Amino acid sequence: MGCFIVPAAEAVVTTVVAKAVKSKEKEKEKETVTIQTENRMEEAVAIPTSKKIGWLSKMLWGGSGLLAFEHLWHGEVVPFFPFLTAASNKEDAIAMLHEMSTVGTTMCLVVTGVWALMLVAAKSISKKAIVTDTIKQ
Amino acid sequence: MTLLITIFAAVISTAIWYKNAPKNEMKTGMLCFMFWGASLMWFVDACFEYAKVGAALFRPSAQDMLNDMFLGLAVVALALVVWIVSVLVKDPKGVIRAKLFYKKDASDKDVD
Repeated sequence: MGCFIVPAAEAVVTTVVAKAVKSKEKEKEKETVTIQTENRMEEAVAIPTSKKIGWLSKMLWGGSGLLAFEHLWHGEVVPFFPFLTAASNKEDAIAMLHEMSTVGTTMCLVVTGVWALMLVAAKSISKKAIVTDTIKQ
Repeated sequence: MTLLITIFAAVISTAIWYKNAPKNEMKTGMLCFMFWGASLMWFVDACFEYAKVGAALFRPSAQDMLNDMFLGLAVVALALVVWIVSVLVKDPKGVIRAKLFYKKDASDKDVD
């Protein structure tokens, strides 16, 4: 009914946060590390936090955008006021709000959880690359 | 069916991204994020549907399956259109810019 609105709202927040973090990162000096890629050592800069937030942002925008299209397909979203067909009467509006608070919130939690796992994996992989470098040297 | 088609699209786009990494000229990472985001959201939707209808979720009627397949293909088509427009606008390889501008000494020659 309107579950995609919750991840879309989170996408707006993450986009704003990513932009704010990016503007702060410009002021800071980027830290350079040496990593091992295939058979050689390379100087590299760690992925900035704004880019990591950008991953979440892209998943949320992409997912909620495609879900919005699905709702349009099923006639739950219309291109005229009130835009959500469920918002036209009280009973459907209550059902829609219930769906948003259950399905929509779970969607946000799952996407954010997967993103958190991605961060943990990325940190572990980058740590390993730097550790390898220390051992070799 | 929509969920399945989106997951296949996510896996294929991720494989293409990995094959071309670290080069990212075609911005396939954007497609990966779009498809994975949608797949996760539809997965949650399917879980809630399963809690409501049970195993009947896995026995859709032929008409429902066809409609969902049609929707899944439309979703993939929409995502591909968004992606290709984004690639052409960002123009990471500079192809569009090269087509719009040409060197001054070549101004008398035919430019396609």
